[in-house]
Amino acid sequence: MKDLKIITRHLNTANSADIDVYLADGGYQALKKALSMTPEEVIAEVKRSKLVGRGGAAFPTGLKWELTRKEKANPKYIVCNASEGEPGTFKDRLILKNDPHMVLEGFIIAAYAVGTSQGFIHAREVYTQEIELFQKAIDQATERGFLGQNIMGSNFSLDIQFYKSAGAYICGEETALFESLEGHRGIPATRPPYPVQVGLMDKPTTVNNVETLCNIPAIINNGADWFASIGHPDYPGTKLFCLSGNVKKPGVFELPLGTNLKDLLEAGGGVDGKFKAVLPGGISSSLLTETDISLDFKTLAKAGTMLGSGAVIVINSDTSMVNVASNVAHFFDEEGCGKCSICREGTRRAAEILSRFSRGQGNRNELEWLLELHEVMKDTASCGLGQVALNVAASAIRNFKGEFLAQVRKEEGVWLR
Amino acid sequence: MVTLNIDNKQVTVPEGTTILQAAKEANINIPHLCYFEGLKSYSGCRVCVVEIEGEPRLATSCSRKVAEGMKVNTHSARVRRARRTILEILLANHPQDCFNCERNQNCDLLRLAFECGVKKLRFEESEKRVLPIDNTSPSIIRDPNKCIACGRCVRVCHDIQTVNAIGFINKGPDTMVATSMDRGMGNVACANCGQCILVCPVGAIKERSAVDAVWAAIADPAKHVVVQEAPSIRVSLGEELGLPAGTLVAKKMYAALRRLGFDAVFDTNFTADLTILEEGSELVERVKEGGVLPQLTSCCPGWVKFMEHYYPELAPNVSSAKSPQQMFGAVCKTYYAEKAGIDPKTIVNVSVMPCTAKKFECQRPEMNDSGFKDVDYVLTTRELARMIKEAGLDFVSLDEEPAEDLLGLYTGAATIFGATGGVMEAAIRSAYMLITGRELENLDIEPVRGLEGVKTATLNVDGLELKVAVAHGLGNARALLEEIKEGTSPYHFIEIMACPGGCVGGGGQPIRFDSSLKKKRGEALYEEDRNMPKRCSHHNPSIAKIYADYLEKPLGKRSHKLLHTEYTSRPVV
Repeated sequence: MKDLKIITRHLNTANSADIDVYLADGGYQALKKALSMTPEEVIAEVKRSKLVGRGGAAFPTGLKWELTRKEKANPKYIVCNASEGEPGTFKDRLILKNDPHMVLEGFIIAAYAVGTSQGFIHAREVYTQEIELFQKAIDQATERGFLGQNIMGSNFSLDIQFYKSAGAYICGEETALFESLEGHRGIPATRPPYPVQVGLMDKPTTVNNVETLCNIPAIINNGADWFASIGHPDYPGTKLFCLSGNVKKPGVFELPLGTNLKDLLEAGGGVDGKFKAVLPGGISSSLLTETDISLDFKTLAKAGTMLGSGAVIVINSDTSMVNVASNVAHFFDEEGCGKCSICREGTRRAAEILSRFSRGQGNRNELEWLLELHEVMKDTASCGLGQVALNVAASAIRNFKGEFLAQVRKEEGVWLR
Repeated sequence: MVTLNIDNKQVTVPEGTTILQAAKEANINIPHLCYFEGLKSYSGCRVCVVEIEGEPRLATSCSRKVAEGMKVNTHSARVRRARRTILEILLANHPQDCFNCERNQNCDLLRLAFECGVKKLRFEESEKRVLPIDNTSPSIIRDPNKCIACGRCVRVCHDIQTVNAIGFINKGPDTMVATSMDRGMGNVACANCGQCILVCPVGAIKERSAVDAVWAAIADPAKHVVVQEAPSIRVSLGEELGLPAGTLVAKKMYAALRRLGFDAVFDTNFTADLTILEEGSELVERVKEGGVLPQLTSCCPGWVKFMEHYYPELAPNVSSAKSPQQMFGAVCKTYYAEKAGIDPKTIVNVSVMPCTAKKFECQRPEMNDSGFKDVDYVLTTRELARMIKEAGLDFVSLDEEPAEDLLGLYTGAATIFGATGGVMEAAIRSAYMLITGRELENLDIEPVRGLEGVKTATLNVDGLELKVAVAHGLGNARALLEEIKEGTSPYHFIEIMACPGGCVGGGGQPIRFDSSLKKKRGEALYEEDRNMPKRCSHHNPSIAKIYADYLEKPLGKRSHKLLHTEYTSRPVV
């Protein structure tokens, strides 16, 4: 089971991005099969597979399709979120580059299930080569009749438009992504209503991550039962883990969801130095100080952190947690949208405070205040960014308080105001 | 209907109501900053968060709709902690020189901070941002350092006025409100209506003050300082000075102006009557001689500038009559100077307006038909109130005094200029007489009154079906203007006021976040009209006198020189 590859199975195939190479390995057979089913049957199959979104929120994919399909408003839209922006995440670009047709096939099936004839792909401008290859894949698929009017002789038609985003981190948030697609400032919307109800251009919209879509052809080809039997019983299938930081062999690893962190570290050649902590879901997640833990959504949530998009960042004992917290805080200070007061001002204050600690000029009273700010941001920020922006800082303060206290400035202790 | 529980009280409200509105029904005022009645909810400040039983996070009550059986706590410990932290963090990046702020004693941020118990900042002060102040407009000054990015000004400019002069730029903590290409309010398609000032919770947007210049003129013995006051000032000034909204204070105002040291106290209402005769005659001429119709009113400088930017092709439709303020300026430095034997060079013309666009209007290069700058300084209602306070006048107890007759007498028709539909009603009263030679029997033209966005009426004037329309708020005006562009407008005469409610809702009026005040001010104007002995502009004896002694006749040669103007095409970007 450990060696099962679904998404990265063509990684070592020459010219894997070419349609003929993809077709030679049974490509677009799933699309053919899906088109012979009703959209409802496709949705039922995907629901039964228990596939959840791989972009970070782990929402059941089949349910999302069903909710969108059931909305009365028309037209509906489908968006492939390829705005991979979480620091430490680099899996989608690997797929886009090596297997664009797998994404495309999943995307076309998803569009069929949702009941839309208009799809959008939103990718970061910096992925220049990936975008080129993907655009070529769209053209090839259109030439061969897998895209466009009456796909494979069916009544189903689909047009896919490719959008290059300017690359703001916040535009990976799906409602901000809609704004970006519409040509507006990337500002997340207040929920409810949810995108499946009021999404792109105020129409019901499904947004699927690149990796999520890659699972669809395999599920249709091999059946929901096959997929549901892989890995974790609640979250079956594989996951692309982006291993980075202080490991000997960083990279993307496809392993069953629910793999133990120890095994992932082993796959990555082990920790470079002495293990101190790990961010299992990129810099949006909280620090984890143990290695014997199942990398799945539920277990990590119980441990007070999250899997997110699977960006596992390892930190060794040579690294200052104060600097880690400060670095991350500066990232969020840059990348917020600026709408919510608490996030707009909170990220800047946090970055300032943590900068002072980095320089050995910290004020210990501010640590307590940061923890409270973290709670309030979790409670009141409108979107995920604001809610998680201080996860690293707060977990660093809780787990490594001594390191922060060592950075308190010397004349400390006088509270001026 | 939906029943929910808010702070242990059952509340039943219609479906689709927000929690904030529902709480208001239950007499609970949930603190808020970015929410503003009449604007789309933005949910940016997060101050209005409440705790909903069973939900993991707090919800913004301005956007969240009520649901059956919902249990809401508007001030749980969690909510209060969140609110305090949010206000604390907003204050952290806000200048704290409150004594030096326009909105001292009328600041939402400071009030909420006090009410929510923010007493000190629990973190070290950081370097405050230092952004340049936008000083480019003759009407409006923006201080982005004070901006808390609540977006109320942006929403009123985009959604209500459809002017789009301001918007957000940058992201994250650098987010700020700015003009297109950051060129400044004076260099973009801003109508100068000042609605942004009325909604700003802090002192980030204010009028360009003329208070010091006016004080200096008063103090200069070589100057003869004359003052005129717009119709709506008489029903709003009292609010700033301790009287209830809608109190008619015209005569106390005259007294106060004399106490301040003005040499002659007149009234813009006089030239409002004059405007009716000029504009009404122009309408009659256009109707009788097949001129360009519909005729559009020209007394609102916000609307005029909006037209010059967005609808320059409609300039031929706009009445060439100047606004009452500018007519006053022109006749004051000619007719009055001659009558009183004063060198017009020494006259300083001050006007008190409910309006920031008037500050722009008075400095238009063409507004010097008297041979001098016709109107020198414009004060808003707020600025006059401040001067009265500075002079220590007990306004409420002042004895009433009249204005001076020559340019101070007015009729009921003039006073209703201050409310939406008022100019139309006043014009109809006189146009009827001008067309038929008979007086209109029922002077109350109800269909053009009230706060409906677009109002229309059809009147039978000796067989002519005179069709009129009234719009207030520039967004509302667009529908009527598009009709004209398409050639489908059925109207003869259209009144447009830039500000919602007309001048009673002007950008220079007292800043009170209460939409009912506009209504009260308007009603007070109609009541004054009802009680006036003369209610038609053409019955004003001083008007008869100025035509007899000086102007000859409406649309005559001298009128044309002093009382009419032309328009400029201006770019949008």
